[in-house]
Amino acid sequence: MSEFEKKLGWKSLPIGGYLLEPGSALKYKTGDWRAFKPVIDQKRCINCLLCWIYCPDAAIIRLEKYVDVNYDYCKGCGICANECPVKCITMVEERR
Amino acid sequence: MARLMGLTGNEAIAYAVKQCNVDVVAAYPITPQTIMVEVISEYVYNGEINAEFVCVESEHSAMSACVGASLTGARVFTATASQGLALMHEMLYIASGLRCPIVMGVANRALSAPLNIHGDHSDMMGSRDCGWIQIYAENAQEAYDWVIQAFKIAEDPRVLLPVSVNIDGFILSHSMEGVNVLDDDEVSRFLPPRRPLITIDPAKPITVGALCLPDYYFEIKFQQIQALREAYNVIREVNKEYESLSGRKYGFIESYAMEDAEAAIVCLGSTAGTAKAVARELRKEGKRVGVVKPWVYRPFPEDDLIRALGDVKVLAVLDRACSFGAPFNALCSDVVATLYRNGKDIKIFNCLYGLGGRDITPSDLRVIFNEALEIAETGKVKEHMKFVGVRE
Repeated sequence: MSEFEKKLGWKSLPIGGYLLEPGSALKYKTGDWRAFKPVIDQKRCINCLLCWIYCPDAAIIRLEKYVDVNYDYCKGCGICANECPVKCITMVEERR
Repeated sequence: MARLMGLTGNEAIAYAVKQCNVDVVAAYPITPQTIMVEVISEYVYNGEINAEFVCVESEHSAMSACVGASLTGARVFTATASQGLALMHEMLYIASGLRCPIVMGVANRALSAPLNIHGDHSDMMGSRDCGWIQIYAENAQEAYDWVIQAFKIAEDPRVLLPVSVNIDGFILSHSMEGVNVLDDDEVSRFLPPRRPLITIDPAKPITVGALCLPDYYFEIKFQQIQALREAYNVIREVNKEYESLSGRKYGFIESYAMEDAEAAIVCLGSTAGTAKAVARELRKEGKRVGVVKPWVYRPFPEDDLIRALGDVKVLAVLDRACSFGAPFNALCSDVVATLYRNGKDIKIFNCLYGLGGRDITPSDLRVIFNEALEIAETGKVKEHMKFVGVRE
């Protein structure tokens, strides 16, 4: 859990669950919903970007020669691993 | 200057609402509450109050409109009963969850089926856990006084919770009594315009009612639990201030003849009036009986109840709503839990009475008092749950 921000307690949270500023969804790191984590073997990645196209959370990061995962928002659905034509993405169980 | 007016329970609440300078009233008519909002709509039509009266298509919409209006910072009132309250059920939780200080008059009525328009507490008890502050009045005077105090309690920044003021359908809603009313400016001084903490404002957008997942929901609900705890202190303060204004003393519990009582009746609302009259007669016969009437049902006043009970040996707890299949009905369950938590060994029996508006008569109450006294003598409770006057 350490990679995610510390969750606020009842005393610090705005009353009634109000969100007091717009655009706050960006701050909500949905990555901690993940049960399985995609791990990319970047040496085998052919940079075809199929995972980038299919990712429903826009959590694949395009780099020069291969891709990476934005673990702040990746919910671990596994679509990238399923679609990868060279099977270089492995779903590894999260241990918290 | 206090004035005496002849008002029914419904009219007393409507008159209090007028003096509280409400901004928005959204309501749908339902017996026996209809007159409450009918009178308010006349005030609005006649220009006696500067409020928006929203005619809605259902009680679900009524409470939805009230929530929206309350979020803009308005002072909001609505009223309902029975099926109307049941239809509102979903929105009651949203009003308390979004911390809207709405005040609602409820003319308590039985729930269908079978169809019945008369007074019992099934409606409010059915929504008992909706997170609202819940007050039960014994007569029109108390209904008037509590509505004025209810706005002050609800809008306090330490509370910000909705309040329901309950009157027994027909018994109070339609009976005319002498009610001492305050002057408009006295009420205005006691209850200045609402000062909301946060409002919805196009110039500063916020999100209200956003999805809240398992990682935050519990904390938001705990805020509500804490607000109801805070309400306990706020109610006490407001009662004191109101007493100095009106000369009428309120609290969490009214106790009658409890100083040396051996047996007592615990009940809500108008029944307490009859119980007090019967206790007065029995006292003349030398029987040590008393009456304990919680004014405030939520937050449940544990400490005040324990103090009120003194050295009483037996309690007959009267419930006017059935918790089908439960070991005790709602009020009795709360009383038993309070005694348990305070290590009090008091004999208890629960009387379910008055469903669908069936009268509870002085002779019914006399029988209950006498049974309680007999238990005080023998130490044995024969029946833990009695059904007053039901025919075989």
